[in-house]
Amino acid sequence: MSATQLPDLLGHFGRFGGRFVPEALIGALDELSAAHQAALVDPLFIKELSELHRTYTGRPSIITEAKRFAEHAGGARIFLKREDLNHTGSHKINNVLGQALLTKRMGKKRIIAETGAGQHGVASATAAALMGLDCVVYMGEEDTKRQALNVVRMKLLGAEVVPVTQGSRTLKDATNEAMRDWVTNVETTHYMLGTVAGPHPFPVMVRDFHKIIGEEAREQMLALTGKLPDAVLACVGGGSNAIGIFHAFIPDASVRLIGLEAGGRGVETGFHAATITGGTRGVLHGTRSYVLQDQNGQTVESHSISAGLDYPGVGPEHAYLHDIGRAEYRAITDAEAMAAFSLLCKTEGIIPAIETAHALAGAMKIGQELGSGASLLINLSGRGDKDVHTAAEYFGMPV
Amino acid sequence: MSTALEELFATTRSERAILIGYIPAGFPTQEASYRIIQAMIDGGVDAIEIGFPYSDPVMDGPIIQAAADQALANGVGAKEVFETLRFAADLVPSVIMTYWNPIERFGVDNFAKELAAHGGSGVITPDLTIEESKEWIAATDSHQVNRIYVVAQSTQPERLQNVTSQTNGFIYAASLMGVTGLRTSVASGAHELVARIRAVSEVPIAVGLGVSNAEQAAEVAGYADGVIVGSAFIRAVQEANSLDEGVAAVRLLAESLAAGVRSQKR
Ligand SMILES: Cc1ncc(COP(=O)(O)O)c(C=O)c1O
Repeated sequence: MSATQLPDLLGHFGRFGGRFVPEALIGALDELSAAHQAALVDPLFIKELSELHRTYTGRPSIITEAKRFAEHAGGARIFLKREDLNHTGSHKINNVLGQALLTKRMGKKRIIAETGAGQHGVASATAAALMGLDCVVYMGEEDTKRQALNVVRMKLLGAEVVPVTQGSRTLKDATNEAMRDWVTNVETTHYMLGTVAGPHPFPVMVRDFHKIIGEEAREQMLALTGKLPDAVLACVGGGSNAIGIFHAFIPDASVRLIGLEAGGRGVETGFHAATITGGTRGVLHGTRSYVLQDQNGQTVESHSISAGLDYPGVGPEHAYLHDIGRAEYRAITDAEAMAAFSLLCKTEGIIPAIETAHALAGAMKIGQELGSGASLLINLSGRGDKDVHTAAEYFGMPV
Repeated sequence: MSTALEELFATTRSERAILIGYIPAGFPTQEASYRIIQAMIDGGVDAIEIGFPYSDPVMDGPIIQAAADQALANGVGAKEVFETLRFAADLVPSVIMTYWNPIERFGVDNFAKELAAHGGSGVITPDLTIEESKEWIAATDSHQVNRIYVVAQSTQPERLQNVTSQTNGFIYAASLMGVTGLRTSVASGAHELVARIRAVSEVPIAVGLGVSNAEQAAEVAGYADGVIVGSAFIRAVQEANSLDEGVAAVRLLAESLAAGVRSQKR
């Protein structure tokens, strides 16, 4: 089977993916799989979603060439796919609108979501408000502090935000709580998972809702430059914005696909969230992929300045693309990301999300490696309004 | 060859249900866990289920989560889990309950092998689906230990047949849709689920999730072959002012649950 035809019927991407969940969830996952498969070929669904994207999300998102930033990237041409301009400020809206429509089709009235940076929580709360669904968002207590503004946004949108006090109090633990809620309320509730991880069908379904990013960008690049880019770059937390922009390019063998993981204080220090670069094969949150774990199979806490990348797992399709060598994954440290963050602000007048800044730092490196004449496409996955506090603290600016 | 667990069911099944007590390895400490296991058995528990403490227990409610966290903070890993198994299995038939990742990390075949070497009868795997079980089925067959799957009220008939046909030792019937913890009553769907399983399988059935007192234990013993109690034992330890007090409370609870279970004669 070629890489674009995966996963198989059980959700496997090679030896990754699948379902590792309590039996109580199997019925709901089967129902969701069926709803997803039916929606994919239903002209009504396709029309409804694309209409929403046109009139609500603001799609297609534009491409901006970052000429001044490119001077710091070896002179390569740098193109930014502006997912930050989407309604709610990141790529996350693509997925939640799709899942919210599916939720209605399944006759469910309540959605739950996990969130790290709060971007997926905000997007979920937005979709819930738009479609009249009840919404509960689980968020690690640590993250509710780091991303206090997003907590208020979710509440303004009518969602209930539940701070999670278990474990490391971050995204991993919020995901655990969301799964416990789902096991208990599965009859009435849809779990709106926010990335391409989790049990089948989430990795393939969330990918399908995000692949529009790459489909648009591929055409836009051909129109703008007359050729395909030499490399496509994106930051990787769970991997949704990355798979979204990668997917349309998988058959284009000449295009390098490069995922940038959160290297935290450096992979060698152990304080990082670079799951593919620094992790091992294992099972977490219902799927087999790479995991940060110890020798007993206990998940190890991840570390990153970026709440949205601070996750010890990664989507199974990325694990697969890594294994077959179709995509490359590198780690970017907090310091490198923050330098790129600052540079984009000052050279292009765009404040990116700190997650996204990891991709920008990657572009600076890859640009140096490839030199002038190369063309790089970067997924600008989100805007940095939510990160103003973290940035102010990092750069020592009084607020 | 049959496991100690299978032999236990074979000898008791026609007379009464058995009582299975759960405790995570290393809770509240390794030494203390042995005293608690002993107290459960002295009080009338027939079989022991040892939890492999895991960092992300999505099937567990707050009581077991807290116990697992405490055990992990004590540094419990596979070695301690197997040592605890050895202790319990020398006294009564014993199984391990573990999320899948620790098995995969340990080595699938190796886990089944060590389990057998430490006298264990089987493993309960709450997040291993039948679709992902190929290696596990081979390993448990090869080392002649039981693989115990959980089924739920939402499990569809065809799937119920499929899962139960791969299960041996006992079938774990989840009494409710939810996580482990204390409940004021046993969900009404539990009885119906057991009846559905009986229609497709000869394997003994034990009911777990939310059984916490003698009344509930007696009710479940009226239709199931085994009654599994976890959170209630752990809470008894957590609420005690000292280990001695906790051990005494566990013994009392075990006596009362055992009396409940044994009140239901066949
Ligand atoms: C702007 C932005 N980019 C990237 C991510 C990381 O998620 P993923 O890897 O699924 O795209 C997040 C997560 O919160 C985000 O908010």
